[in-house]
Amino acid sequence: MLKKISSGPYWLWSLIFIVVPIMLIIVFSLSVPGDTFRFSLENYRRFMEPVYLKVLARSVKIAVEATLICLAIGYPMAMILAKMHLKYRTIAVMLLVVPMWMNFLLRTYAWMTILNKNGILNQLLSLFGLPQMTFLYSEGAVLLGMVYNFLPFMVLPIYTVLTKMDNALIEAAEDLGANRGTVFLKVTFPLSLPGVLSGVSMVFMPAVSTFVISDLLYGGQYMLVGNLIQQQFLVVNDWHFGSAISMLLMVMILITMSIMNRLGQNGIEQGGGNIW
Amino acid sequence: MVMKWLKRIYAGLIFIFLYAPIAVLVVFSFNDAKSTAKWEGFTFKWYRTLLENDYIMKSLYYTILIAVIASLLATVIGTFAAFGIHYAKQWRQKLMMNINSIPILNPDIVTGISLMTLFLWMGLERGFITMLLAHMTFCIPYVILSVLPKMKQMPADVLEAAMDLGATPWMAFKKVILPEISPGIISGALIAFTLSIDDFVISFFTAGNGVTNLSIAIYSMARRGIKPEINALSTLMFLTILILLLAINKRSSNIEEL
Repeated sequence: MLKKISSGPYWLWSLIFIVVPIMLIIVFSLSVPGDTFRFSLENYRRFMEPVYLKVLARSVKIAVEATLICLAIGYPMAMILAKMHLKYRTIAVMLLVVPMWMNFLLRTYAWMTILNKNGILNQLLSLFGLPQMTFLYSEGAVLLGMVYNFLPFMVLPIYTVLTKMDNALIEAAEDLGANRGTVFLKVTFPLSLPGVLSGVSMVFMPAVSTFVISDLLYGGQYMLVGNLIQQQFLVVNDWHFGSAISMLLMVMILITMSIMNRLGQNGIEQGGGNIW
Repeated sequence: MVMKWLKRIYAGLIFIFLYAPIAVLVVFSFNDAKSTAKWEGFTFKWYRTLLENDYIMKSLYYTILIAVIASLLATVIGTFAAFGIHYAKQWRQKLMMNINSIPILNPDIVTGISLMTLFLWMGLERGFITMLLAHMTFCIPYVILSVLPKMKQMPADVLEAAMDLGATPWMAFKKVILPEISPGIISGALIAFTLSIDDFVISFFTAGNGVTNLSIAIYSMARRGIKPEINALSTLMFLTILILLLAINKRSSNIEEL
């Protein structure tokens, strides 16, 4: 009896607060403003206009760039951490986690004070007699903000996979005559693929849907899909068009996630079966 | 040897990258000038103006109040839900887990605007209650995900065994199941609490009517440019986090020594 009723409240809860809201967004996206529901694909057609497609393309581009930079910087860091002496490792991992506990907005705000016209960076430049530059309110600033905010999300999953990896495999490869490069390409990297993939999706997802980083470090006009959605709901008040963009963003992310999952499963199979 | 030093330098650079912005905020929170351009002497005045700032203090109060209520309620609902899901039929289990993963997988902005649309549709004015409901909605899934593995680790028939020995279902739940899954419940509650305290996007769309949390307050201040009070706030928050983490670390290493 208790078994049956104990999840009852959550069934009701998830129906009201998870399923119904998604349904509402779908209904809104498929209709045009008016007192009664009128089916229309107008909102989706409107998104196909070059202005909006350009925003989408820019979001995807900058999120991909942020993900690749995080991977390039984060992978070596994860390897260094994984090989560290246990005594220092706990401290090093903690040092990596501490900034993540800082409020996300404060971390982004910190870069405003550094990149700003009178900020530290320009002070340093003038110290060396170099001309002042505008760092803030540029695409580069947004990219930097993303890398800064999401780098730990890339390092941690890769680090976890690397520490669980069986060292005997690497030693075996070395015994069989592989040099360092070959060991990395043929053994370490393929085995760490599940960590890489979860890191990639943990960076790409928030990067492609953010509106805060672009709002604070780029300012004003719509820059990314997130800003576009926010503007439609809070400024322009076109909830129908906003819902359509949200649906597209949601579908895009769900597709990316399922591709990542599939890739992850293949990676494990290629990596030599069920090692862990 | 060279490799070893290269590694140290690399790790050092990463840590500098991660901490330099925070260090800048901390240093300039004591600067006696409104801009971050020049150091003009040591002062505590930004801390005083911070404590006198009603807007920030009120949002701090709401942040903590919502985090406490939302994480407690989410933990209760989530624990019972995990219990029910664990003993449910396979197809129900699958359906529930799929619905449960929607708020986790969905981008925050989509969760935020869909809840905002729901509240408007229900005729609920945005404010404290809507923000609380929204926070519970994104916290419960994480509680379920941290309780469920503990349920799976239990021997399959402990519940039946307890009831065969004469326990009522409620007694069996309290005396047998609850002690087994309590580590999962505690970590679920902690995750819920930190998620709620740190949330911006979903709160931004579901709060209103003078009710804000700290993230919203920081956002609306930062949008208008650099504010020394925010530097002071960052320093205080960073200190709090550092002390908390050190305390947790100390405690867990003490337990290990025992």
